[in-house]
Formats: sequence, structure tokens, C-alpha cells
Amino acid sequence: MKARVHVTLKSGVLDPQGKAIHHALSQLGYAGVDNVRAGKVFELDIAESDPEKARERVDRMCRDLLANTVIETYDIELSA
Amino acid sequence: MQAAVLVFPGSNCDRDVAVALRQSTGRTPHMVWHKDSALPADTDLAVLPGGFTYGDYLRVGAIAAHSSIMRDVRERADKGLPVLGICNGFQVLTEAGLLPGALLQNASLRFVCRDVSLRVENASSMFTDGYAEGQTITIPVAHADGNYFVAEDKRRKLEDREQIAFRYCDAKGQVTPESNPNGSVGNIAGVFNKQRTVLGLMPHPERLADPALGGSDGRTMFDSLVTALA
Repeated sequence: MKARVHVTLKSGVLDPQGKAIHHALSQLGYAGVDNVRAGKVFELDIAESDPEKARERVDRMCRDLLANTVIETYDIELSA
Repeated sequence: MQAAVLVFPGSNCDRDVAVALRQSTGRTPHMVWHKDSALPADTDLAVLPGGFTYGDYLRVGAIAAHSSIMRDVRERADKGLPVLGICNGFQVLTEAGLLPGALLQNASLRFVCRDVSLRVENASSMFTDGYAEGQTITIPVAHADGNYFVAEDKRRKLEDREQIAFRYCDAKGQVTPESNPNGSVGNIAGVFNKQRTVLGLMPHPERLADPALGGSDGRTMFDSLVTALA
């Protein structure tokens, strides 16, 4: 299976990079953008065909390494 | 006191801290490679130096926190081995779960490299015993990711348990927003674990540990450790 993991900073955590990107967008004339949060994406190919088991494994990987849950949240998307 | 300095790919303050340790202890520290599985048995203090371990990939300190030597450091620290993490070493200790909180990118998005004033918040530890509580000291910082974050409820707990070692302040010892070089919550520059046997701080005490370098406020930390652990 393939797993796509999105990691972003928690809502209460300052994201200076997102702020800088927001500023650059407004410099380019893109009005009406209220907020930008930057994040990371990981694409994993996992040797597991059962979606439930795959999700469980990726969830553990997120907690152990891919995300730092003190400051970040994550979201897992699975596909065949 | 026998110190051990951990060396990871990308460590760059390991030799500087070894010089400062040798000056205070009179003994050559062990230099321990990240692939080693255990610290030498006679280690009294483990030091994680500054640098850019693994190129800061994933998150600062994240990959080093899972290296082979860190398993032993975590086990020994749980049994009371004193551990000091400076700059990137502090980042590694938070990622390894040995210290609370996390270090984010500086609020300014800039690398900050200059001397800063620190207020000693807690002088009751083996690391800070040589300072006076409330004393203002000068130590340099050099980092892009020194913005200490901890959730508000946890921060209050840290304050209650007196786990805050140092705060950024102005030359008069006032903790002000202007004296905060990186956006850290509560101007926090260094924290202890609950037992105060592990300390992490962003400033580099080893860089001002000799009057020839412009000051020796950093040396007091190494001398304190020698007094406590000799």
C-alpha cells in the first residue's frame, strides 16, 4: 500500500515560514489569503495490504519519528 | 570527573566543548561516536555538543535522537547519569524525550549569532551551583532553531517545578521581549528535567570559558559540574 503523511504545526504554534510565504503571496498580488501554514509530506510504500494494519503501522511511525507531537499534528492518507 | 562528548555526523562544537571540559576537569574527555552502543563505563557526565547533526534533516535533532548511542544515554540518564545538551545537543535531548518541549525555527527566520545576557533562574543544580540565583551572565548563541516551545499548561508546570535554568534578559537582568533573540516562550533559554540531572540550553557556555575569548561566564558551568561530580 501507499501512505501519504501530512505533518503540520499545531494551530497554537507559531509558523514563521508560513507567515513569510503568506507575505510573499500578498507581494505577488494574491489578496484574500487569510492564513498560510507550511508543512511536510511523506510518501511511503509499505509492504502491507490490510488498510487497518497499514494505518496502525504508519501511525506508530508518525509518533516515533515522522512527527513531533509536542508541536505537530499529522494526517494519514492510504491508497492501494 | 570523567566526561564523555558525543560525536554525530554534523557535530561541530565537540572539540570546543572538549577543550572547556579538559580545562575544568583536568582530564581528557572520551569522544564517543554515535554508532557506539554504550558510553564508557567510567562516564560521569555525557555532553551533547552543538552542530547540525544529519544536516538538520526531518527536524533539528530528530535523527540523532534515534542513533545507537542515544539508547544507552537514555537508559543511563533514567538511572541518574548527568547529561548536558548545548544548542543542537539541546534539540537532540528534546527529540529524545529527555527534556520537555521542542525547538522551533527562530521567529525572525534568521540565524542569530551574538553574545546574549542570561538570567540564572535556578542555581540549585549541579550545572548552575557556581552561579548566584538571579545573576546576569553573558554567553553567546548561534542558532537558527532556538525558539523554545512548550504548551502553556506544561510551561506553568515547568515554572512550578523550578525546571527553568536560564532566561534571555537585557544587560540589567530584566526579562523583556526585546532581549528574546528567537521568540522562545517565557524567554526560556535552558531547561532541566524534573530531577535536574539533565540540562539543555541554546547558548554555548564553551565559547566563553576562557578570558582570552572575551569572558569566562561559561566556565562556571563546567567548574560547577566538577565540584558536584568529582
